[in-house]
Amino acid sequence: MEQVLDLGHSAPRGLLRFIKRWLFTTNHKEIGTLYLLFSLLMFFIGGVFALLIRAELFQPGARLFNPEFFNQMTTLHGLVMLFLAIMPAFSGFANWMIPLMIGAPDMAMPRMNNWAFWILPVAAILLFSTLFMDGSAPNFGWTMYAPLSTTYGPASTDYLILAIHLMGLSSLMGAINIIVTILNLRTPGMTMMKMPIFCWSWLVTAFLLIGVMPVLAAAVTMMLMDRHFATSFFSAAGGGDPLLYQHLFWFFGHPEVYIIILPAFGIISQIIPTFSRKKLFGYRFMVYALLAIAFLSFIVWVHHMFVTGVPLAAELFFMYTTMLIAVPTGVKVFNWVTTMYRGAISFETPMLFALAFVILFTIGGFSGVMLAMVPADFQYQDTYFVVAHFHYVLVPGALFGAIAGAYYWLPKMTGVMYNERLGQCHFWLSVIGVNLTFFPMHFLGLAGMPRRIADYSLQFANFNAIASLGAFIFGFAQLFFLYIIIQAMRGKGKKASAQVWEGAEGLEWTLSSPPPLHSFTTPPKFE
Amino acid sequence: MEYVKKKFLVFLIFFNFLITPRLAFAAWETNMPIGVTPISHAIYHLHMLVFWICVGIAVVVFSIMIYSLIRHRKSRGVRAAQFHEHFFLEIAWAIVPFIILIVIAIPATKTLIKMNDNSDPELTIKVTGYQWRWRYAYLDQGIDFFSNLSTPTEELQNQAKKNQWYLLEVDHPLVVPIHKKIRFLFTSNDVIHSWWVPTLGIKRDTIPGFINEAWAKIDSKGTYRGQCAELCGTNHAFMPIVVKAVSEKEFNLWAKQQAGELIHGTST
Amino acid sequence: MLVQSGNISNKKILILLCITTLGMFGFGFAMIPLYNVLCKNLGINGKTDKNAYLTSNKIDLSRSIRVEFMTNNNNYLPWDFYPRLHHIQLHPGENILIYFAAKNNSNRSMTVQAIPSVSPGLAARYLKKTECFCFTQQTFDPGQHRDMPVLFHIDQHLPKNINTITLAYTLFDTTGLKQSKLAKQSLAHIPG
Repeated sequence: MEQVLDLGHSAPRGLLRFIKRWLFTTNHKEIGTLYLLFSLLMFFIGGVFALLIRAELFQPGARLFNPEFFNQMTTLHGLVMLFLAIMPAFSGFANWMIPLMIGAPDMAMPRMNNWAFWILPVAAILLFSTLFMDGSAPNFGWTMYAPLSTTYGPASTDYLILAIHLMGLSSLMGAINIIVTILNLRTPGMTMMKMPIFCWSWLVTAFLLIGVMPVLAAAVTMMLMDRHFATSFFSAAGGGDPLLYQHLFWFFGHPEVYIIILPAFGIISQIIPTFSRKKLFGYRFMVYALLAIAFLSFIVWVHHMFVTGVPLAAELFFMYTTMLIAVPTGVKVFNWVTTMYRGAISFETPMLFALAFVILFTIGGFSGVMLAMVPADFQYQDTYFVVAHFHYVLVPGALFGAIAGAYYWLPKMTGVMYNERLGQCHFWLSVIGVNLTFFPMHFLGLAGMPRRIADYSLQFANFNAIASLGAFIFGFAQLFFLYIIIQAMRGKGKKASAQVWEGAEGLEWTLSSPPPLHSFTTPPKFE
Repeated sequence: MEYVKKKFLVFLIFFNFLITPRLAFAAWETNMPIGVTPISHAIYHLHMLVFWICVGIAVVVFSIMIYSLIRHRKSRGVRAAQFHEHFFLEIAWAIVPFIILIVIAIPATKTLIKMNDNSDPELTIKVTGYQWRWRYAYLDQGIDFFSNLSTPTEELQNQAKKNQWYLLEVDHPLVVPIHKKIRFLFTSNDVIHSWWVPTLGIKRDTIPGFINEAWAKIDSKGTYRGQCAELCGTNHAFMPIVVKAVSEKEFNLWAKQQAGELIHGTST
Repeated sequence: MLVQSGNISNKKILILLCITTLGMFGFGFAMIPLYNVLCKNLGINGKTDKNAYLTSNKIDLSRSIRVEFMTNNNNYLPWDFYPRLHHIQLHPGENILIYFAAKNNSNRSMTVQAIPSVSPGLAARYLKKTECFCFTQQTFDPGQHRDMPVLFHIDQHLPKNINTITLAYTLFDTTGLKQSKLAKQSLAHIPG
């Protein structure tokens, strides 16, 4: 049985083999590993950008760098975290686990799988290179509103647009691969309503990607055309409309956030049953909820634009649809709680992160309901209240979901149990850090602090200081995570069984830990 | 020892009030202001209603969850139950939240309709966003001026102690009369900005080439401060808004003075 | 040999998904005309249309509407640009001729495009222009000044709850730019 992670320590001939192996691999486990390690690196880089922001905002007054650089950090932090860290992380888990879960030997299109991954480092280099270009890196927020990004955007904007096209292509290829794999490669006997719910979450996510990623591509193409080909899609001078950009962007942007969270939901739905030793409650309704959320996500986008002067009818319609999306989300939360209820719960690290997810993501959901109320939204929009909301659903939401998945599947992937003690340290420091950082932001927004500002007035100083402190605690905590992963990859730890977790069920837990490079070459029995 | 600790605590609190006299409370502000217009009041009450409903739901759901985490632990020797579906429960916990949402949608809808009623204004003010300042024009009075951040550079550069209104002060505030329905028209000279004054309950994006509108009727005299709320370039953080609400008499006096000082009717 | 769990072959799904992807990309571009059509017909973004309407011949004396005029210079355009009248009280159906004064204060020839915007947005489709300097680009020599006319009426079907309308023009510098396809004038006069 080949070890999956052969780091090829020998001489230059070994180095060339090592590079060729990882550059040309079509194996879903190796590509999954590439995605995960890449996303981990991007997470730390995006995290450094965030810490620069929080360092500057620790106290009022320009201290570390000028507002121009601050705006660049704001922009890049968002772009890196969303497109290069969190999405590839979930793609990594999809690649690793979906074939194992459905009893398939690999993804349906292994070579496209390889391309989908290797585009990302190119896009990342392109994105980071904008920091060193004449003028500045993109400085208009990850949302890239026109005309700030078109008429007034720096030269590097065009490279950003290219990077976005590349990242979009990567996501699309990944999505297509996942759909074909899940629809066609399930082992006989595994009907759709019997497959692990993580597969369902990724199936729905993949369809969302296909629906909206091309719209982002269209929007940034129009940006490029406005910048260089004398079109006026987003410029009133030529009969265009800056709001058209916002409609296009958010038509992509809202399903995008569900694209990010749905795989996390899937992971949580795998973890809670395992550590409660009880089947997921309401599997059927969990699937329906995924579908409902996906459908509704297409008809809420104007809730990002309530203060732009949309007419009353639009305000009302989108307020109602946005409120409505809370219903299937609530159903999922209730099902998770009911899964735990009268189970036999243990608190290993994956479960700790999953439990924190349920509580803290739900808090983010509540601020989302508040944001949906249009009259109140006039006070919340573009303030730190929104920053608090989306960081709650993204960090203790999506990120904790990914971290939980990492701890859950690390023994399977590496063959050794990670250090549980250190995992708990990582957990508690992260929970403390995340809450210290983002909870005060609710107060800041309500008290009147706008977002994306490089400096602020004195009444916001105290909560900003606390938030910055929390950010550094959180950043420091991630070093534990890095150490744990490195040690596990080096094979340092107790050997893991195939089953790994007492309550784990599914085809992936029938394979050894780590599984052979080629698994399920004949379809396993499943009833 | 206890006496010393208590005295020290009192000293700390007092000291805090000494060094930041007017900020002592504002520095820990956790909630939205009620504001001084009928709309800001309505918004505040809607906000509190939804907030408390969310708190209520959170308490219920999280208590059940925490109860379960304590009582249904493997280490207590419990055995897991085997139920994993219940059709009517699923329907119930979809319908109950749905009804709660309808309940909060009603006041929200009412307030939204009121916010969109721009009829019969008594004063019209045009607000133009610039990189990085505001321009105010009273169309009927022939008044037109820019309003720039007036915080001294030394304070921005940490060479002087920051004053209480750091980043919230301007050279020419917007002066308006109380008890009059004011119609604001918003546009921009360059990129999208957003005019936000929390105590007036108004936030509107200013879009180049387009006009937006909003209205306010201010209940009480005072100085109300706000900031730009849409990333608009390098100095997005440095274009505050100051509104001085005065009596109608004071406003008329001020308007006469302004009109005498500025050119009538141009828009350069 | 890969066993297939679904009914449609890998290749077919791949092709379907690729078509969908391209379709959604096209949808993004289709949004341009679609957005304009929706905004125009629902009257929601305050843009008046580029069409010239015939003058009206019926006046509704039962209603009085206040129309305000507003001007903006985009990006510090060095022009004087203001309405000769700040506001007017009129009846729906009344044909009104209004002049906007414009002067090129710079020392070079400049071409500008006036872009109209109406508030409330829903009133835009009821503001019917017969003649407007905003239909075409305007070129002024250095120092040249002109009064530019707008001939319009308010359609009688204006919703009853709208009594104040603001018509704003923003002047953009389009020197050196071709008349954009999107801003071309329709020469067919549409009955009001």
